[in-house]
Amino acid sequence: MAEMTLIEAIRQAMDEELARDADVFIVGEDVGARGGVFRATQGLIEKYGAERVFDSPLAELSIVGVGIGAALYGMRPVCEIQFADFIYPAFNQIVSEAAKMCYRSNGAWTVPMVIRAPYGGGIGGGLYHSQSVEAFFTHVPGLKVVIPSNPYDAKGLLKSAIRDPNPVLFLEPKKGYRLIRGEVPEEEYLVPLGPANVSRPGSDVSVFAYGMMHYYALQAAEMVASENIAVEVVDLRTLYPVDKETILQSVRKTGKALIVHEDNLTGGYGAEVAAIIASEAFTDLDAPVRRLCGPDVPGVPFSPPMQEWFLPNAEKIAEAIRQLDRF
Amino acid sequence: MEKSEYLKLFHEMVVIRRLEERAAELYQQGKIGGFLHLYIGQEAVCTGLISARQPVDRVITAYRDHGVAISCGLSAREVMAELLGKATGCSRGKGGSMHMADVSKNFWGGHAIVGAHLPIAVGLALADAYKSQPAVTICMFGDGATNIGYFHEALNLSKVWNLPVLWVCENNQYGMGTAVERASAVSEIRQKACGYRMPNDSVNGMDIIEVRETALRVLEEIRNGSGPQLLEINTYRFRGHSMGDPERYRKPEEVRKWEENDPIGIYQRYLIEHKIATEQELDEETSRAEAEIQDAVEFAEASPEPGAEELFAHIYSEA
Ligand SMILES: Cc1ncc(C[n+]2csc(CCOP(=O)(O)OP(=O)(O)O)c2C)c(N)n1
Ligand SMILES: [Mg+2]
Repeated sequence: MAEMTLIEAIRQAMDEELARDADVFIVGEDVGARGGVFRATQGLIEKYGAERVFDSPLAELSIVGVGIGAALYGMRPVCEIQFADFIYPAFNQIVSEAAKMCYRSNGAWTVPMVIRAPYGGGIGGGLYHSQSVEAFFTHVPGLKVVIPSNPYDAKGLLKSAIRDPNPVLFLEPKKGYRLIRGEVPEEEYLVPLGPANVSRPGSDVSVFAYGMMHYYALQAAEMVASENIAVEVVDLRTLYPVDKETILQSVRKTGKALIVHEDNLTGGYGAEVAAIIASEAFTDLDAPVRRLCGPDVPGVPFSPPMQEWFLPNAEKIAEAIRQLDRF
Repeated sequence: MEKSEYLKLFHEMVVIRRLEERAAELYQQGKIGGFLHLYIGQEAVCTGLISARQPVDRVITAYRDHGVAISCGLSAREVMAELLGKATGCSRGKGGSMHMADVSKNFWGGHAIVGAHLPIAVGLALADAYKSQPAVTICMFGDGATNIGYFHEALNLSKVWNLPVLWVCENNQYGMGTAVERASAVSEIRQKACGYRMPNDSVNGMDIIEVRETALRVLEEIRNGSGPQLLEINTYRFRGHSMGDPERYRKPEEVRKWEENDPIGIYQRYLIEHKIATEQELDEETSRAEAEIQDAVEFAEASPEPGAEELFAHIYSEA
């Protein structure tokens, strides 16, 4: 086992898939010689050449559109959108083109493509470099949406995403790129798309989270452990399609559910999780389902204290857990 | 131009240079966070261009906007305070480096999503035309921005509707780490205007006089009904794309070659050779600019953070 950061694991996944399958290629803004803004693709052009790791002009719509065309042909493009905030010009390509191809062709056309994009706040990026975009895409059948929270999963999920015959939006918590470290096996492994992961078992309160908020949820669980609150933390990791069974099993055990994301509260992914629990585990609940989310504010402001107020963190999650536990 | 106007432009260029240098220091000290894109090397562009505008003319630009804010008349204090995310900043700390703005100075903002402000510029110009205002919308953007669809839609629209827009491409030779010729089918950006039957020109962006004189002429033409025009201003950013850019995409010799064409040095020599100002006068101007920036830094550091209520303010307009 080697310890590495989240971004190293992501890079390793791409490295191994490039080595394994000649149809895999990487395209995006400055992913070549510069290795990407966050260095996710650093060193890959040296290893695989500019035919397989290449820069595109500043044109997100086309990065994705070209990826779709190549994927229809049978290639396995990994398209990088430099920040999730820049994905909107490609929205049409993702939602109306990539996600519908299989359905419209009765399975004849497939789009085995991955779109990687760093998302989320906490690095002072301000209004247009901090957005969480998952809720726009977890509404789209035909598309898969994955958000890893640790290096092991990031590597295994990304490799699965590259091999998946469907379009996968792979959102990476950029704040965790270098902050989140973890063990990654030397030998090859995959983490399947779909199942959520019970990352910490407990019996009092279930916390459902993903990405950076999952990292903080684990910290919060540790904080309240000394107060005799046994928290079960569930890492949702594949947001779409959602793993209902793991969510329901956890709630049936604890009777209390807290959902955490940094995306805005209203219409956020947590609303779907809450609806699943309310409709299918109503009689198991001992308290109302709670959500701790980014406020309904248009963006994460730049000023450091405003960013703090916006984002959930371990302390805020611990406090929400305590309140729910007392209910 | 009066002598005082020549000196004012010199002062402005030095203010921008020092502001950027101090911002870089503050960033390294961890007092400015997030992303910081410096304008060093490009000062003659915003200074020359915006000095040519009438107060009715609107300016809108991308995220490399500190210099543009100064040239539009924002104070060094409110720009520096914004960089530090303080309540006294021009965007009250909400925006930071990339989102300076002050509509009262007809500065319609820095915009961080590349290309997204180009159609917005068309809308501003549309409204001016609709209201028969004698105003031109000056829309600045980088070479990289000309590769996204927004640019092409906006240019086409502005021409089809014959709107008073001056499209200004600050061609600093790179979009992040990608050289123009690697990202654009034509490396002379002005050629893109031809596809939209749009008059176009290019100038040396290291020479403030050339920038200013061309801008004066073109703005007048547009004001007199020429329709939109595109001006390519060739320049160079002396620093990385943003702080922490390892700059592996260009050679130090290339940077050094451009640095020999420092726009402030060129203007300084121009003023002395044409006996418009003496070296001593320019030194005094430089010292005044330095003092202004020192004051701005002190002001920004001493300023309060925004209050918690600001997070929820202005989500919707009450007007
Ligand atoms: C839509 C969008 N895509 C990508 C980016 C990331 N990005 C920021 S600046 C930049 C390069 C822009 O180059 P250019 O337009 O030449 O401006 P310059 O930085 O040279 O001033 C890129 C790719 C962005 N902000 N918005
Ligand atoms: Mg550029």
